[in-house]
Amino acid sequence: AMDTDLSSQDRKDLDKFIKFFALKTVQVIVQARLGEKICTRSSSSPTGSDWFNLAIKDIPEVTHEAKKALAGQLPAVGRSMCVEISLKTSEGDSMELEIWCLEMNEKCDKEIKVSYTVYNRLSLLLKSLLAITRVTPAYRLSRKQGHEYVILYRIYFGEVQLSGLGEGFQTVRVGTVGTPVGTITLSCAYRINLAFMSTRQFERTPPIMGIIIDHFVDRPYPSSSPMHPCNYRAGEDNGAVYPSVEDSQEVCTTSFSTSPPSQCVFTVTKAHFQTPPPVVTDTLKVPVMGLAFSHQLSSSRLSYQPAALGVGSADMGYPVLFAGGLNAAHPHQLLGPGKDGGVPPIPSQPAHGTQADQERLCTPLDGVHYSAATPSSSEDTETVSNSSEGKCGSPHDLLETIFIRKVGAFVNKPINQVTMANLDIPFAMFAPKNVELEDNDPMVNPPDSPETESPLQGSLHSEGSSGSSTGNTHDDFVMIDFKPAFSKDDILPMDLGTFYREFQNPPQLSSLSIDIGAQSMAEDLDSLPEKLAVHEKNVKEFDAFVETLQ
Amino acid sequence: ATPAMNCRAEVLEVSVEGRQVEEAMLAVLHTVLLHRSTGKFHYKKEGTYSIGTVGTQDVDCDFIDFAYVRVSSEELDRALRKAVGEFKDALRNSGSDGMGQISLEFYQKKKSRWPFSDECIPWELWTIKVNVVNLANEQERQICREKVGEKLCEKIINIVEVMNRHEYLPKMPTQSEVDNVFDTSLKDVQPYLYKISYQITDSLGTSVTTTMRRLIKDTLAL
Repeated sequence: AMDTDLSSQDRKDLDKFIKFFALKTVQVIVQARLGEKICTRSSSSPTGSDWFNLAIKDIPEVTHEAKKALAGQLPAVGRSMCVEISLKTSEGDSMELEIWCLEMNEKCDKEIKVSYTVYNRLSLLLKSLLAITRVTPAYRLSRKQGHEYVILYRIYFGEVQLSGLGEGFQTVRVGTVGTPVGTITLSCAYRINLAFMSTRQFERTPPIMGIIIDHFVDRPYPSSSPMHPCNYRAGEDNGAVYPSVEDSQEVCTTSFSTSPPSQCVFTVTKAHFQTPPPVVTDTLKVPVMGLAFSHQLSSSRLSYQPAALGVGSADMGYPVLFAGGLNAAHPHQLLGPGKDGGVPPIPSQPAHGTQADQERLCTPLDGVHYSAATPSSSEDTETVSNSSEGKCGSPHDLLETIFIRKVGAFVNKPINQVTMANLDIPFAMFAPKNVELEDNDPMVNPPDSPETESPLQGSLHSEGSSGSSTGNTHDDFVMIDFKPAFSKDDILPMDLGTFYREFQNPPQLSSLSIDIGAQSMAEDLDSLPEKLAVHEKNVKEFDAFVETLQ
Repeated sequence: ATPAMNCRAEVLEVSVEGRQVEEAMLAVLHTVLLHRSTGKFHYKKEGTYSIGTVGTQDVDCDFIDFAYVRVSSEELDRALRKAVGEFKDALRNSGSDGMGQISLEFYQKKKSRWPFSDECIPWELWTIKVNVVNLANEQERQICREKVGEKLCEKIINIVEVMNRHEYLPKMPTQSEVDNVFDTSLKDVQPYLYKISYQITDSLGTSVTTTMRRLIKDTLAL
């Protein structure tokens, strides 16, 4: 029998329930991929703010991202909310691991009581989500994230795209809840083929290890030319481009840790910006036409440094996944140079960083005007349409990229208020305090730094828009910082948990990398003739020495 | 039909090493109870009530490559650990081949008038059949860690499937009836009334019943 339509109060309630359910769903999923154990307390007295009677914390950036993605809409038929979880290695390879889909189908249950049954079933569904998020393969991967890879999330609204999951992906249904306006379903499609794509798709993105080597290797032949681009960049026109030295300055080293993202800072090299990415700009327009997509690629463990224009020459702290937020239609490309081959390389190079590098990273922040990411009051369509123009009005637009350095759980401070002491990295207090120090640092500025400016630098100043997505910038990358439940030492701005986790996963020794091995071997081979000549000269001495041994 | 006739029965089977028994059982029981516990009810006048908040926490297993979510309630965790500990000891001491099962039953109380005692009417029964295996070397143990972890993932998915069917649940009770439906003895959460019992299968294949009725409630009543 046809029942009366939903009362307006019920309809309002239902919409509210679905909206908050969607937001809580995102929180549960993202929090389950941060790499830490989650713990919330039961409270016998209702606090009034715990939706669905469950203690699920709200990470502000995550809520913000989700709200942006939803843009005031609710999941409906054909309009699903998707949370994409992907993995990104330190070498720049990335792959999608899971897509969590919150969908609505047309099957209505008119009889069901909204304020009671639907609410309780949504609560049950969230509990199921809590349980299921721990049993897909990505959970264990996310618990081990650190120096080798990080786990990232992206929220989008619209059609579900599963093609990035590889062949044979599996699906697990979390549950369904019938409502008078349709049936909510929550499911997860996850990759089972975890083998990385074997071909390196990012020829122009050398492994970060190469760049770090440039930092720390003693140049045996000081008279030689400035550091060469890594082998991987062999195809480049060596003369033109970014001297690695300046790259090293611009490299924001990353040091991953398995702990709160306070240690995670992404490294990006300017190098990859030599091609201004018009395609990125173009694809920016895609989401603008049509639906109000707002796509952000957010790293759940990422703190990044926006382009630091005007700060000496160390101005290319580029958020790794910066461009990630741009392309709605091709989420894959967000994480790196196009699989389709047509998209120019997008910087996406987390690096193995050392402590020193990490500290160096932090310095350019001071004195630079960054606008902290504050949730824009205006809705997405406005910001998205801004970005469609492609060109920023000024370099500052580039800077408006998101940098949120969380100094405390759920605290959101503009970056220029974040002092070194607040930055939750070990030994932060001992980091160089300003850019000048960095300039004097011979490690950063080796004597033979070339004069040529990076073309990228130039293009940044002129166009001011390379790769920027103005409107979405401040939403693209968020960092979440949880404080572990360890006591904090008042002297050092570092707590035991952070320290422990940080050093639990040290970066690989550069001397163990193949590149440095290859490089030094090459140099060894080069020096062989010289050495042989020396030895031949002294052959009598060697013979005498051998005699004494016998 | 009364609930007893509609009592859902779900059976899960796991093969584990001796030292994995406790964690595997806790993982399953806690996952079920996560779905079958609410916040504490606070009745107000006119028959309305508000519900407290249930917190959750991740638990990592030491002997299994596995993690699960449980309700944040130390009382509940203690009660389950006690039951599982006894089950594990019984398994070890029985001299059996290491086969047994542990059951989690949700029931409603139906008050009867004197001289009849209250009836317990089960409406959902979860049975976990356990087979304890003995492993020869470290390599086998390592494989077992992973395999059991994968198996438990499947079990969690199975449990969630059952929960999602939204089948019979006791009606939300009035204040006077709440103790017939829920276990209100815990201070921070409120699971449906439940009892845990177990059986050990001896080597002859017959069941030696060692049932602990109302184990949890009795324990807490001390």
